[in-house]
Amino acid sequence: MLNLYTRRRITNFATLGLSMVAMTFGLFWLLWIMYTLISNGASAISIDLFTKTTPAPGSEGGLANAILGSLQMTIGGTLLGTPIGILAGIYLAEFGSKGWVAPTTRFINDILLSAPSIVIGLFVYGAMVAQMGHFSGWAGIVALAILVIPVVLRTTENMLKLIPTAMREAAYALGCPQWKMTLFITLRAAKSGVITGILLAVARISGETAPLLFTALNNQFYSNLNEPMANLPMVIFQFAMSPFEDWHALAWAGSLLIGLFVLGLNVLARILTRQQGSH
Amino acid sequence: MTAQELRLKQQHRQDAAFRGATRLFAILVLALLAAIIGSLVYGAWPAITTYGLPFITTVEWNPVTSAYGGWDSIYGTLLTSFIALLIAVPVSFGIAVFLTELSPLWLRRPLGIAIELLAGVPSIIFGMWGLFVFAPWFADNIQPWLMDHVGTLPYIGWLFQGAPMGIGLFTASLILSVMVIPYITSVMRDVFEVTPPMLKESAYGLGATTWEVVWNVVIPYTKNGIIGGIMLGLGRALGETMAVTFVIGNAHRIPETLFDPTTSIAATLANEFAEAASEIHIASLIYLGLLLFLITFVVLVASKLMLMRLQRNEGAHS
Repeated sequence: MLNLYTRRRITNFATLGLSMVAMTFGLFWLLWIMYTLISNGASAISIDLFTKTTPAPGSEGGLANAILGSLQMTIGGTLLGTPIGILAGIYLAEFGSKGWVAPTTRFINDILLSAPSIVIGLFVYGAMVAQMGHFSGWAGIVALAILVIPVVLRTTENMLKLIPTAMREAAYALGCPQWKMTLFITLRAAKSGVITGILLAVARISGETAPLLFTALNNQFYSNLNEPMANLPMVIFQFAMSPFEDWHALAWAGSLLIGLFVLGLNVLARILTRQQGSH
Repeated sequence: MTAQELRLKQQHRQDAAFRGATRLFAILVLALLAAIIGSLVYGAWPAITTYGLPFITTVEWNPVTSAYGGWDSIYGTLLTSFIALLIAVPVSFGIAVFLTELSPLWLRRPLGIAIELLAGVPSIIFGMWGLFVFAPWFADNIQPWLMDHVGTLPYIGWLFQGAPMGIGLFTASLILSVMVIPYITSVMRDVFEVTPPMLKESAYGLGATTWEVVWNVVIPYTKNGIIGGIMLGLGRALGETMAVTFVIGNAHRIPETLFDPTTSIAATLANEFAEAASEIHIASLIYLGLLLFLITFVVLVASKLMLMRLQRNEGAHS
């Protein structure tokens, strides 16, 4: 019979050992996915990828139209969603201390932040695609913008709340109007935090597939924003699900591009937060 | 009126307009939620009036005869998310304990970032990796062993039967669990860190081991936060689309074992929506989407309320 002390120590070692196993388990998947991505994607990277459009099975081609489409829609979605998120965030942080609007918006925004992106796609389908009668790049932009808003709103509010009240009072004391104070003093002081939020939002939407399924759809060629538009995630989805080897290779190349871009943005965003923290 | 008074008045008007504009955008976010629900109900209306509530409990998906019922998709969504949580919760808990109590200080930041990066990996990459790398490996190496050794056990053996295809209910759940681990871990880490050091130090001072401090002090103190984090993970898992679509098998049927192919609401939508031809097919799919939104909405609201309760407690203690 073990004495109490030994038993407690054994339990302690066992559970802490298990927590290390858990840590290894988490890292294991990340490393495995990164390894797969690089080993399968790197061989498919070539100059054709950036100059030729998506091919028919069996012929040569690249991802140029999908890369361009993804860039257009990501930029469009960010440009449309960011101002809305920032302005709503300003209201929540600066003017929302009274009334029901700020707490309700804060609550609902956190829900929207985690709401399934495929449902956002369905919403934009009903609101835009079904009304206009065809899939389009614009619908894709709107769907992505809806995903940007909650991320930007939340970081903007959090960052503005970190700005000391003394700074606002100093501006008021000099006779600065409220709008000027908010836009040119507090928002500027919170700049790197807000930019972090925007970067995270861009990282999120550039890998999103589900909201584009019913909005931008896909296109084998270059297109304008009024037509269905090619984009990397949809091309990867279509090509990976196909039985053709050369399409699979292109899908891996596309995944590597998106993966590097998204992880790069995530790392950059963290470097920026660290700078903000050290001030 | 002097020029200065005029300017002041103008300034007040500008400020009021600015406040009004920001308020408008805040209300826009609320309107967005209403618009989402409204548009889904509108789109699903033909299916709601045709099939009514029994749609939820019916297993039937036949575009040829236009007979639709969503239970297989709903069941698949709930079951994959539930199994994913069974795996993800203990793992996330372990990681959070490691990062807050055990890890040397210099390792905390890099390891924390590595786990957060897992959340940044786009779900389509999880899907491709699952289909081309994980599923074949699982089918060749793990599944036969599980079927031979665990599958013959009494009581639980039947769970581990079926064709070793690599894809199916279990693979989808496992990949989902990897995807939600970073979310649950991050909430657990945050709430573990709000435990007042005084409480922990008192327990250590009485001679408690690290594990006893975690189990008897940190967990009771952060209970609501932990549940909130788990619910947040659940909300994420329920709506996850691409990764699941790649590996779940996309078969409209109730799975009998862990290795059976099945489907989920999100996977059904991703596969069929763009090709749905008849109005009632589209409406049925939107009906499914509406149900998915309602389920995640309830789960996320519960999660948020739990976390808010923890914050209030924290305020009351200090």
